[in-house]
Amino acid sequence: MTTNTKDACETCPIHDAAALKKLGVDMSDFDYVVALAGNPNTGKSTVFNALTGLRQHTGNWPGKTVSRAEGGFEYGDHKYKMVDLPGTYSLLATSLDEEVARDFILFGQPDVTIVVVDATRLERNLNLVLQVLEITNRVVVALNLMDEAKRHGIQVDERRLARDLGVHVVPMVARQGEGVPELLQAVGEVANRKTVGKPYRVKYDSPELKKAVTQVTKQIEDAYPELPNAQWVALRLLDGDERIAEALRKGELGDLTHGDIEQRSAQLQVIGNQ
Amino acid sequence: MTTKNTRPLENILSTAQSLRWEIGVDFHEKVTESIYTDAAKIADRATTRPEEKPRFDFDKKLDQILTSRIWGFPLMLALLMIVFWLTISGANVPSSMLATLLLDNIHPLLKGFAANIGMPWWLDGFLFDGVYMATAWVISVMLPPMAIFFPLFTLLEDFGYLPRVAFNLDNMFRKSGAHGKQALSMTMGFGCNAAGVVATRIIDSPRERLIAIITNNFALCNGRWPTQILIASLFIGALVPAQLAGLVSSMAVVGIALLGVFLTFVSSKFLSKTWLKGEVSTFSLELPPYRPPRIWQTIYTSLIDRTFIILWRAIIFAIPAGAVLWLSANITIAGTSLAGYLINFLNPFGLLLGLNGVILVAFIVAIPANEIVVPTIMMLTVLVTGAGGGEGAGVMFELESGMETMALFQAGGWTLLTAVNLMLFSLIHNPCSTTIYTIYKETGSKKWTWVASLAPVLMGFAVTFVVAQFWRLVTSVF
Repeated sequence: MTTNTKDACETCPIHDAAALKKLGVDMSDFDYVVALAGNPNTGKSTVFNALTGLRQHTGNWPGKTVSRAEGGFEYGDHKYKMVDLPGTYSLLATSLDEEVARDFILFGQPDVTIVVVDATRLERNLNLVLQVLEITNRVVVALNLMDEAKRHGIQVDERRLARDLGVHVVPMVARQGEGVPELLQAVGEVANRKTVGKPYRVKYDSPELKKAVTQVTKQIEDAYPELPNAQWVALRLLDGDERIAEALRKGELGDLTHGDIEQRSAQLQVIGNQ
Repeated sequence: MTTKNTRPLENILSTAQSLRWEIGVDFHEKVTESIYTDAAKIADRATTRPEEKPRFDFDKKLDQILTSRIWGFPLMLALLMIVFWLTISGANVPSSMLATLLLDNIHPLLKGFAANIGMPWWLDGFLFDGVYMATAWVISVMLPPMAIFFPLFTLLEDFGYLPRVAFNLDNMFRKSGAHGKQALSMTMGFGCNAAGVVATRIIDSPRERLIAIITNNFALCNGRWPTQILIASLFIGALVPAQLAGLVSSMAVVGIALLGVFLTFVSSKFLSKTWLKGEVSTFSLELPPYRPPRIWQTIYTSLIDRTFIILWRAIIFAIPAGAVLWLSANITIAGTSLAGYLINFLNPFGLLLGLNGVILVAFIVAIPANEIVVPTIMMLTVLVTGAGGGEGAGVMFELESGMETMALFQAGGWTLLTAVNLMLFSLIHNPCSTTIYTIYKETGSKKWTWVASLAPVLMGFAVTFVVAQFWRLVTSVF
């Protein structure tokens, strides 16, 4: 490994953040797709606005963003297209907004999925994070509302969290713009494959469940060695999810890593129109 | 690749199928439980909570008051009243200043300019009496109230008050056989019905979602607030001494908004008892923490996001409307203008409803944008009665003061009944074309789009008819 000597300033993430170019609605010739997920009312739209420079209306109530909003930004010589997904508590796809979010993360195959998390309600928010981690390992957790956590006397150890989850965790106060440079840095690293997440996988403890999941996961891994989310697919099949069976049949889940950008953006269009 | 993998795939599917039976019916619970257990474990390891509970929890105390059974509703009404009172009393001065500038100063300048360069009368009339006046009128009437109302509303939203409104209303929605989350889509409809219809996506059950879509029109939208505020301050406020006028007119506007909420309940109940029968689903609504609103940012974004976008939309629709109105007022057949024919044709029906032909024509012209109802009524009234600044047919006249506007309305044969029924009909009529299109996109059904568009108009006819007959009966007795 060769290291170029950099001067002190260049090693600081803030240095690169100065290179953030908010592109607003200009999403032409993007190199990477970034999805923005999270529970309702955790500040997703605020993060979205901070990165794209758009002023999507933010409001202090759950369920404000029901359809997808899109915008662009440029950072470190790459152009990113950012998609703000509806806020959901889970990805089990029981309502339309959960389905929109899940389908995008699954079929839209974003290069990075930012999960915005409310630091004051970590336990409930992690439910969604764990479900996203089952689908993709290209995840950055934005630990938002750190100021509110502090006000309530809650301390969150983001390093511990990052170690447990196996992905980047960035503490933020998005409303004030704190943590944006660090978030960009993490997003850039994941998008450019500089770091590869080793995501936490849920342990299914109930004996029957464990047996079934292990068996089907094994079969899937044998048949589709390149699939990054075999355990999740196994669960969906065990749940009798026809949509996933269909996707597997068509090879839509096949190679999440090699999809070429044209084809994927065509796919984004299809999902968007549904 | 697909053919190669068919065999193993079918194997996997059949294994999964047979294993499903072994796991049993509580598959979902088991999965969810595993996720919850792990999430709790990880969260617990990463979080340190304070030893003792804080002595005073501000949010909790505030919620106890704002969502209490006794104080929840009165406080909600009081907050709405304050917002409207500030809007109505604050908008008067800037409104007349804008009117003076745009109509009294700039318009004569433009006319003078036209005369100087010898512009033909029809081009001059078309451009400056039609297009320019329409635009100027929309700006001077709509900009001030919107510039006050939207930031105030957004501040409440930013603070976290809207979910509390939903919480207060939830019980009533459930009693109407609708989904509690409809309270949220309705609140969104107070801004824009098209947005409210899209917001119903948060409702899982198709039955309840359809109810929410169809009834969203009863949430008074941006395009209709200015009409209500203007008519209320001119007619209702005039009934009481000047120092009470602002208060009484805000009460009238709040009354109309509440009537809309009431109609939402009634029609939801009706739908859920007839064509859309079914069980009410439960849901959990999270009350977000109160956050100190970011005042400047809120004012900025609500000006950009709401005020100017809506104003722009109004102008876009006012320009062609102004042009068409001027033309229809100046193209005459056998001594009567085109607009005159239409107004005369609709007049008997309008009078039956306590309205008049002019108002009905205005509502037809305003299908693309409710915002231009009042400007259109003004322009048509001038045309029919020949009242106004003596500028000739089809000129949107100057709104120098409430007195002149009143004089004009009176010349058009307006009474208090006309004003009240106009406010009622503005609440209860078809959604604007944008909303209709959105309903079609969201439901994918022509049938439900027709229902959602026509049912409110018919209801509006019925309500105004009954009010008019009753009113005339009462006034003929006394």
